[in-house]
Order: sequence, then structure tokens, then C-alpha cells
Amino acid sequence: MNDVDRSSQQRENLEVVTIRFAGDSGDGMQLTGTQFSDNTAIVGNDLSTFPDYPSEIRAPLGTLAGVSSFQIQFSSLDIHTPGDKLDVLVAMNPAAMKVHLKDLKDHGILLINTAGFSKKNLKLAGWKENPLEDKSLNNYRLIKVDMAQLVTDATGNLGLSPKIIKRSINMFALGFLYWLYDRNIDSTIKFLKSKFAKKLDVIESNTRALKAGYNYGETLEIIKTSYRIPKAKFKKGTYRNIMGNQAITFGLLAASEKAGLELFYGGYPITPASDILHYLASYKNFGVKTFQAEDEIAGVVSSIGAAYAGSFAVTATSGPGMALKTEALTLAVSAEIPMVIVNVQRGGPSTGLPTKTEQSDLYQAMFGRNGETPIAVVSASTPTHCFEAAYEASRIALEHMIPVILLTDGFLGNGSEPWLIPKYDELPAINHHQTTDAENFLPLSHDEKTLARPWGIPGTPGMEHRIGGLEKTEGSGNVNYEAENHQYMTELRQKKVDIIADNIPNAVPLGEESGDLLVLGWGSTYGAIRTAVKKCISNGQKVSHVHLMHLNPFPKNLKTLLKGFKNILIPEVNSGQLNTIIRAKFLVNSEGFNIIQGRPLTVHEIFDKIQEVVKG
Amino acid sequence: MDKNNIAIPLTKKDFVSDQEVRWCPGCGDYAILSQVQKVFPQLGIPKENFLVVSGIGCSSRFPYYMDTYGFHSVHGRAPALASGAKLSNPELSVWMVTGDGDAMAIGGNHFIHILRRNLDINILMFNNRIYGLTKGQYSPTTELGKRTKSSPHGTVDYPFNPPQLALGAAGTFIARGIDREQKHLQELMKAAHAHKGTSFVEIYQNCVIFNDGVFSSLTDKMEKQNNVLVLEQGKPMVFGKDRNKGLCLVGSKLKVVTIGDKYNLSDVLVHDETNKIKGLLLSELTYEDGFPTPIGILYREDKSSYEEMMMEQIDNAKLQKGKGKLDKLFHEGHTWEVK
Repeated sequence: MNDVDRSSQQRENLEVVTIRFAGDSGDGMQLTGTQFSDNTAIVGNDLSTFPDYPSEIRAPLGTLAGVSSFQIQFSSLDIHTPGDKLDVLVAMNPAAMKVHLKDLKDHGILLINTAGFSKKNLKLAGWKENPLEDKSLNNYRLIKVDMAQLVTDATGNLGLSPKIIKRSINMFALGFLYWLYDRNIDSTIKFLKSKFAKKLDVIESNTRALKAGYNYGETLEIIKTSYRIPKAKFKKGTYRNIMGNQAITFGLLAASEKAGLELFYGGYPITPASDILHYLASYKNFGVKTFQAEDEIAGVVSSIGAAYAGSFAVTATSGPGMALKTEALTLAVSAEIPMVIVNVQRGGPSTGLPTKTEQSDLYQAMFGRNGETPIAVVSASTPTHCFEAAYEASRIALEHMIPVILLTDGFLGNGSEPWLIPKYDELPAINHHQTTDAENFLPLSHDEKTLARPWGIPGTPGMEHRIGGLEKTEGSGNVNYEAENHQYMTELRQKKVDIIADNIPNAVPLGEESGDLLVLGWGSTYGAIRTAVKKCISNGQKVSHVHLMHLNPFPKNLKTLLKGFKNILIPEVNSGQLNTIIRAKFLVNSEGFNIIQGRPLTVHEIFDKIQEVVKG
Repeated sequence: MDKNNIAIPLTKKDFVSDQEVRWCPGCGDYAILSQVQKVFPQLGIPKENFLVVSGIGCSSRFPYYMDTYGFHSVHGRAPALASGAKLSNPELSVWMVTGDGDAMAIGGNHFIHILRRNLDINILMFNNRIYGLTKGQYSPTTELGKRTKSSPHGTVDYPFNPPQLALGAAGTFIARGIDREQKHLQELMKAAHAHKGTSFVEIYQNCVIFNDGVFSSLTDKMEKQNNVLVLEQGKPMVFGKDRNKGLCLVGSKLKVVTIGDKYNLSDVLVHDETNKIKGLLLSELTYEDGFPTPIGILYREDKSSYEEMMMEQIDNAKLQKGKGKLDKLFHEGHTWEVK
């Protein structure tokens, strides 16, 4: 393809488009969205995605709770978020329409699979009358298609089972969107062939559905124009599309290779962090050792054991799992074990919102342990930044001989965007403290510059030593219960974290270093804040943006930056955790902006809030 | 790691650390520590390759007293720490020291999973059927009805039967020793070391303060021969001061018989440590009145260890795909060039 004559077709160029596929969790919306994203990458647009799905694998059919969606913003410009308002909403059933219609722009395209609009499904979604049949949708460009029938017609002569046909319907929607945005469908056909390999009937059914959807666009009266989004202007280099969780594994693996250490991963499956385990388990030819432990505790403790024995050790989890790892983390601090703990945050408390995003584990990362147990904290701000953040967390852990918590979240972990692939040789060096110098070995002595202890690993002659969770004597590491020693060691553990500040870059603001308002953020709010602040700056407002990667310790210039602004606004997907810490530490009158709905903040929300603050 | 580097043979002294041992005077742990320090130099392993790991509890202070690499970890979690260390460096000889509370209560989950995975790690579980370090509460191996600080009216907790638990968890080396039986204990430790897989050695150990004499019937010079059955591979299960008692199989149950009366030696069961059914029957005798307590290797089975299979997968992946190159990995899938 494309074997359709498009000469009669009008084409219009657009800068930026946001679309969302929504349906039952069994409708294949995630796969449809992923295919569209990959295709978008091939076209050369900048893109940002937001998969959003229920925690049940097959939630009850047709219900509001069972709706799964995939949003993508793509553009010829540099974009940072999956978009706020939708240009196109694809709704496979009434529930999907009900949940998502509020996000569709006026005159936006609403593509409906009428086959999903049975009386039963309408009732499940809480619609007494069929909204497709009254005038309530007049504000949108409504396209009603019986996708099930058209796919059945397209595959009619193949004698396929209704089940196979039904499962191909999502490809119809995808095909239509490919037509609408002037795409080539080959990438998906190639994907289908490789995914279903020998299941020829499945490949054929899906391919025909895809083409049927594409061809359907031609016949439409309501939309005579298809759209083209010119290539985005990227920096020079080679790109690929990447999800945050995969970027984490690349960062960890790159750090282990750079440090010349084997990567060990001990962990327990948990949404939304499991993909980190899946990816690492596939890197066996790099010598990566993955250990699926019996629980979260064994995941982190096995990593401590591996780190003690000389591996670069990592564990990953999400909030509830992090809670279980707490005691072991205090051991890692006490025994000065170099390791990285990734927390892909999700909505809490307890099981909370397993598949939804939230930034509510910052207090936990900073303070959530018994005893005085400071831990370094690094955070990632975009899916691609997950690579850099993982590399940085690894560097700090290995160079300072301490555990480092890396915070990401469900939005970052599952979201994707184009990644400028770095060259391995150009990544900064990572040093570590393994030694074979038995003569000068003191297990708990500390390097002046980094306060790292020497990493004497089992198997090295002459350095036999004991370590553990009891209070220790600096130098020998021997158990020590003396009063003054405990104060000394407590302060030393704090200094080990504080000294990292000498070894990290200053925060760089977008905009001026002083002005009316500083918007301070961390984590996945980056894209929304950046886009909103850019808009303010181009409107001539004295607004700046600082986004923190290092949360413990903070960059050294943060205090000066904070003091340079009349107002400070801290948007977070929690009830003000960074805000509390900033106020406590710097005695500034910062203000929080807090939306805690299991979803990312939008550009609009932040922009409007900025206006409110600036206008006082 | 190069064995040729050992010019002078190691002795017990090489494994005694400079730390003062702080168990109560008369504690059974001293005897066990001494046996381990005697056995290690005999195993032909360079000193630096030993790693002793523990959890929390009286027994878990053990690593501090051994002049080896050692890690005193988190309560109950020693199996996880030992597993991580072993997987990181399979060359290490990893010994895990734990107690009945550490391994059977708070660490029960890790205990069964390390056995199931069969990592080549040696577990010494000191079982004194009491919590010592927290001063005298009952443990998961305390006999039903026992009065302790936390069970003034007697426990209503049925105890775990450690060898049976280990069998149920697919353990591949299950043995029992007694702190006072020092030579026997040394032999068990050597056998545990020789076994390629997780070796579980339960060691009955006297707590002089909170549970003194709990195993006295097994250690008392006058009584013990009538109460202890020393298992030996290929030998009939005979015990008693006059070596005239034996275990026979009647139906599907064990029975104590007197040899020379209705039964002769050929009627007595012959120990076969590779026979799981016999291992299970012997494990039944842990709390059984009227039966001797079996010590020695109850069950042993050869199968691949976790780390062997893991390393094989890694080696195969390297062979098939070639050693991983990051630049190549980063470029897998669709990429595009911006000029």
C-alpha cells in the first residue's frame, strides 16, 4: 500500500495533534496506540504517549471501570507532553465515550464503533438514550461506523472464526487514523507478520481490517481532508522511540558496563515496574543476572548480597513494594552498600491505583525509614530522561558507596517519546571503589572526597571482614555501642549524602534567574510545566522553570534561585510533598498546586494557575 | 581463587576473628562455632572464598566470630542475602547461620524458597526451640503446651517440624546434628559442603538461660544412646545402649523393635539417604514419643543448582547472540536518522 489513489484528496498541514484510542480493556487499545506511535516515529514527528488502563486484566466488559485508553500527541514542533485536549477520540463502546468525551475539543473528530453501542452497553455506561441518535454530539464531527460489520465484510470470503474477526476490529480504527494522518500502513503489516508468525488467518484478518479502515476514510463525506504533520526538527543524530521503563534498563546497563561491573537485579513483579525486570531478563548476553525473588524483601536483600559480593546491584518496585523494602534499605545505609532502588510510583495508599500515576512517594523516599537513615534521591522527568536519571543514580551509588533511590512513575514508565540514542563511548566515566590492596584495607574507612568506603569483595585475599546492621566503628567496622560513636556515625551517614552536592551540576532554569514567579517541579510534571512556562515567557511574563533531578541532596544553587523570585509555585501530583520540604529547608513562602487524580497534570491547568499566582 | 597460593595449610586459628565472643557462658553456640572453625581449614578452599551470612538472633552473631568475609543481615532475610552473594560470585563457599526463630518464623518464606531453588549454600540452623535474644518467648519449634514468657499457660501453637518442612520445600540435603556431638557435627558439615545444592543442617542447641536441658535426653551420657538414632548410609537403623533396638516398617509406619526377640537384624530398615519416603518417615519422628531422634543425613538428592542453570543460560546467550554490545542494543528496532 498505499494503493489508494489519493490525488483527489485534500491535504492540510498541521503542527500538532492529540488523539486518544479508548475501548474495553480487551479491545486492543494499547496495541493500537503503540502501533500508531511507532508509525509516528517513522514519519519523524516528535511524540509523547500516555497509556492508561485499568488494573484488571479483563475488567467487566462495557463498564466505565473497564475502559482502557492510549493517548498520543505528535507534532512538527518540540513537544513535552501527551497533550491536553483531544483532536480525535476513538471510542469503541459507550463507556469509552462516556469517560473520555469531556477531553475532546469542540469540533473534534469523534470516531465511534456503533457495533459496541448495544442497549446493554449503553446501560452499563449510564446512558438512558443513545447519544448517537440525538443532537447531544452536534458539537463534534461525529463519524459513526459499524466497524464489526465492515471488518466482517472485508474478511467475508476467508471463513474465519468470529473470534478472530472480532479481535481485528481495532485494526480498522488504526487504519482509519492512518488514512486521516496520511500515513503508510506498512509498519503495522510488518508488525502483524512478525507477531503472529504462523497464524496466517490472524495476519490476514488484521491486515484486511487495517486496509478496510484506511479505505473507509476515502468514502467519508464528513471529512474531505486528511492531515499531514511535517517532520519535527530534531537535533542531529539517530533516534528511536523508547518507553521510560526500557530507558531505565538501558541506563542501568550502560552504567554497569561503564563501571566494568556485572549487573545484578533482584526484584519481585509489581505494576508498573515489572517491565524493568522483563527487559533486564532479556539482556543475558550482557551477563546480566536477574533474580525473580519470592517477595519484595528478598528482591532488595538479594541485591544487597550481590552488591556486597561485587556486582552492581539494582532492585525496582512501586510504592507498596518500596514499603516492604524499608528495613533492608536501612541495612544498605548502615553497611554502606552501593545499589540503586527504582520506585516507579503509582497511586496509593495501600494497593491504591496500581495502574495510575502519582508522585506521592517522595516523603517515603526522603524520610520513610526507622532510625536516622538518609538516602540519596534522584528523579526522572521524561521517558527518555529515565536513561540519564538511571545512569546518574548508578554513578552516585558507585562513586559514593551508598544506596540511591531513583523515582519515576507510571506515566514515565509506560509513556514513550523519541530518544536521541547516545554513543556509549561518549557517556561519562563511572568510578567505583573495589580494591585488592589488602595491606591498606580498612573496611569502614572513608575517602575524603566522596566519603566512600573501600569495596573489599569476598574472594579477595587478605581483606576478610565482617559487616552488618549493628552500629559500627569507623575504620575497622567493628561493632560499637558507645554513645559518642553513635552520634558521630549518625552524622557521618548524613554527610555521606550531603557531600554528593559537591559532585552534581547546578540547577539550570528555563528563563531568567529572577522574576515574578519560579515554577519548581520534579519528576513527570516536567513536560506540562515546561510547555506552560514557555508560553508565559513568550507572552512576556517574568516566569521561570526549574526542574529538579537531584532531590537529595538538592543542587547547591537552589537556595539562590529560590530567593530570586517574588513567588514560587510547586505543581505536584500529590498534596504538596516537595513543597513541604522546600519550605522547611529554605524558609520560603512557596505555594503548591496539587492535582491528585491518578493522571498527569495538563499544560492548561498549570498555565491557568501561573496566571492566577502572577496576577495575585 | 588460585589454590596454589595457599603455601601454608590453614588451621582453626586462621578462622578465629579478633572479636570477643559474647554468647552466654555454657551456650551451645560455642561448640558449634568451634566445629565450624575446625572444619573450614579442612575443605581445601582458600580462606578468602568463604562467606558467612546470618540473619538476626543469638546464632546470627556468628559471622562476627569467624575470620572470613561475613555479613550480619536483616532478621529472617539471610537466605536472600546469601542467594544474592552466591549468584554474584558462584565461586564463593557460602555458609548461612540462622536460628529457629530467624529461619522458621520471620524468615519462613525465604527459607522454603532457597531450598526450592537449590542454590549451593550451606544452612546451619541452630534450633534451641526458644527465642533467646528477646529473652525467652516460644518459637515456631517450641513443643505444644510449653510454658514460656509469652505463653504463661502453655503454647497453643503447633510447632514446625524442620526436616519435614525442608522436605516439603524440595530440599536436596536435609540433616540433623546436636551441639554436643562434635565429631558427628564436623562430618555433617563436610557432607553439607560436598553437596552441590542447598544443604540444610538442623543443629539441636542448648540455650542455658531460657530453655536449659530441652535436649538433655539426647545429650545425657546415660540416656542418649537409647534416644538417638545415628543414621549411616547403607547401615541398619539400630540404636540403644545395647545396640539391640531397631526401626522396622510395619505397614506404612515405623515401629521400634527389639532385635533378637521376634525380629532380627535383617528385619531392620537400612538407611538410604537418597530414598525420599524413608526421609519422610524419619522426619516424622521429630516430636514423636516412644521413638528415637534420628541424627545424620535424613535425605539427599542430586540435582542442578540454580546458579549452574543461570550461568548456563548466560553462557548460551553469549554464544548465540555474541557478547552484548550496548550500541547495538540501543539501535534494535526501528531507528531513524536526523541530519
